[in-house]
Amino acid sequence: MSPETPQFTCPLPVQQYANVVLAHGAGGNLMHRLIDDVFVKVFANPHQEADHDSAVLEHHGVRFAFTTDSYVVHPLFFPGGDIGSLAVYGTVNDLAVSGARPLYLSAGFILEEGLPVETLHRVTQSMQAAAQRAGVAIVTGDTKVVERGKGDGLFINTAGIGIVPEGVSSLPAQVRPGDAVLLNGDVGRHGIAVMAAREGLAFETTIESDLAPLADLVAQLFDAGLEVHCLRDCTRGGLASALNEIAKTAGAGITIDEKAIPVLEDVRGACELLGLDPLHVANEGRLVAFVAPGDADRALEVMRRHPLGGDATVIGTVTERTAAPVLMKTFGGIRILDMLSGDQLPRIC
Amino acid sequence: MRFVDEYRDNTHAERFARAIARITTRPWSIMEVCGGQTHAIVRFGIDQLLPDDITLIHGPGCPVCVTAVELIDKAIDIALRPEAILCSFGDMVRVPGSHKDLQAAKAEGGDVRIVYSPLDAVRLAGDEPDRQVVFFAVGFETTAPVNAAAVAQAARRGLDNFSILVAHVRIPPAIEAILSGPDNRVQALIAPGHVCAVMGTSEYEAIATQYGVPIVVTGFEPLDILEGIHMCIAQLEHGAAKVETQYARGVRPQGNATAMALMNEVFTVVTRKWRGIGEIPDGGLALADAYAGFDAERRFGLVDYTVTEPTECLSGQVLQGIIKPHECPMFGGRCTPEHPLGATMVSAEGACAAYYRYRRVSAA
Repeated sequence: MSPETPQFTCPLPVQQYANVVLAHGAGGNLMHRLIDDVFVKVFANPHQEADHDSAVLEHHGVRFAFTTDSYVVHPLFFPGGDIGSLAVYGTVNDLAVSGARPLYLSAGFILEEGLPVETLHRVTQSMQAAAQRAGVAIVTGDTKVVERGKGDGLFINTAGIGIVPEGVSSLPAQVRPGDAVLLNGDVGRHGIAVMAAREGLAFETTIESDLAPLADLVAQLFDAGLEVHCLRDCTRGGLASALNEIAKTAGAGITIDEKAIPVLEDVRGACELLGLDPLHVANEGRLVAFVAPGDADRALEVMRRHPLGGDATVIGTVTERTAAPVLMKTFGGIRILDMLSGDQLPRIC
Repeated sequence: MRFVDEYRDNTHAERFARAIARITTRPWSIMEVCGGQTHAIVRFGIDQLLPDDITLIHGPGCPVCVTAVELIDKAIDIALRPEAILCSFGDMVRVPGSHKDLQAAKAEGGDVRIVYSPLDAVRLAGDEPDRQVVFFAVGFETTAPVNAAAVAQAARRGLDNFSILVAHVRIPPAIEAILSGPDNRVQALIAPGHVCAVMGTSEYEAIATQYGVPIVVTGFEPLDILEGIHMCIAQLEHGAAKVETQYARGVRPQGNATAMALMNEVFTVVTRKWRGIGEIPDGGLALADAYAGFDAERRFGLVDYTVTEPTECLSGQVLQGIIKPHECPMFGGRCTPEHPLGATMVSAEGACAAYYRYRRVSAA
């Protein structure tokens, strides 16, 4: 009944993709390799070495942060936000976690032929409301239109600048063994909210994105005179990607405790159903803070007093690098928490 | 979360671990068949909780991993045809075919769409009468009923632009192939809970008797698996070889009659090639004659397509439980999730992917 000798088979490996695949945009290993191989190598300059969410530049004694991000989210409107508020808060947050007070944004729009102007109105109104809430002004912009079928409705790019106050510095290179790792709230909401909206998955309760501007929370931490070494917002690729990126750039290790990471029951339920791991799901209102051990308790207090940090908690510590950049205490012991290579794909059975 | 948190309770896990250690008097090798169970074992470190005498062998229960290379190639062929829309479950898009995967085909312009249910593909066929919608019907007996329902629904609606590319595989013949193999070391089986929720447990009675192996139908949470292992060892220590059900909350001995009736109407049992193992008689399902019109291989003229595969990767040995993922020389080096050599590294439920993602460190 069984073969005499088992027929061992193996496909030719897909080592390199000649064309860009969707996984290249997922915030995981494949994307990082693309960035390193194609962009960083070619555009090489010292300002990239800090490897943080914004470039912090100095000119005539003034330090300012400069960043850009593009927004291609689909659907355009989802529970808790839309492409417009996302385009504002996402860039504001990239400035904030680099230590800057965000000031001005640009907004470039690529409109697909056929997009209702009414939709565009809704988006820009949302952007203006978001800008006001975040304390920034959208001062310049651009509009392009592409043919029907070439644009998925609407794409937005925002670039932002902010001033980094004297004495403030947030850099992966500053992270050192002993630092406490703080997280300002529960994870996994944004990715699930968008996926549910996109795929028409109706859960018993609607999961809303955690989309929010973090600049004020960050300012409170620095204004309190706390020794904050680095901040990073957790976006695509989730908490796991953010921690791995920092650990790799810093040449350090991070050990976290799975039980310490807050996840809403609804998000857990949705993830269980779809076979997803909340640690790899996108967020848009969450940051991790690497704080000197002596200031960890006070940092937690400051965060918890803020509306966007009520559930702030310590999730782990920075260590010397050991077996892998990020380790996690879990059910059966300690395991490696790596970035994923591409998107999480809902499982079959 | 009910039915999840209780079954992941650490304290109970440790009690089970101690109970297992108490009843184990000699070495035993147990195979868990289902990829979801493998993942739970590696993710929750179940193997680390067991006494050294117990060896867990990871079985071929990952339908993504065992889908024949020819079928991936056929799916890609279909996807690249302008008139076709190829609908698939998520994890199939990264499995390598002979030259590329569905993800690359999508990047080349193939219309590949990830769906959550075959019924979505039927709806799509209704919405797009000018396109040929093909659903890649992968899976064990777990997904066969809903795929059968999709075909039946398409038939009722009179849709002539819907077809399925059938890759279904059956568990019992694969278990027999493993147990009768020359290198078999498996002494007991943790059988897949969801397959048995559909099919019931009767197919396994004959296997338990013929091969003298205890078979325990088990769930997917850590406590389920620990309890299933405990039940296997209890039988082994007493020289028993029966079918028992640990996953009582999901499985009835008679299975799901409605699901089975639908499967028997739409599908028929055939010989099927399992990637990494070879042809297994009765190892798969194909469309029954009455529904042959919905067969994508026929519709697209791909019936006689075969592939000779290079013989290098050791997925086959992993799938049969002969080696563990980390014992493969390519593991973690030439073969990683970014550049997988075999399906077991690609699939979310593949043993190699599980080992890679949840790899352990000895230092605390």
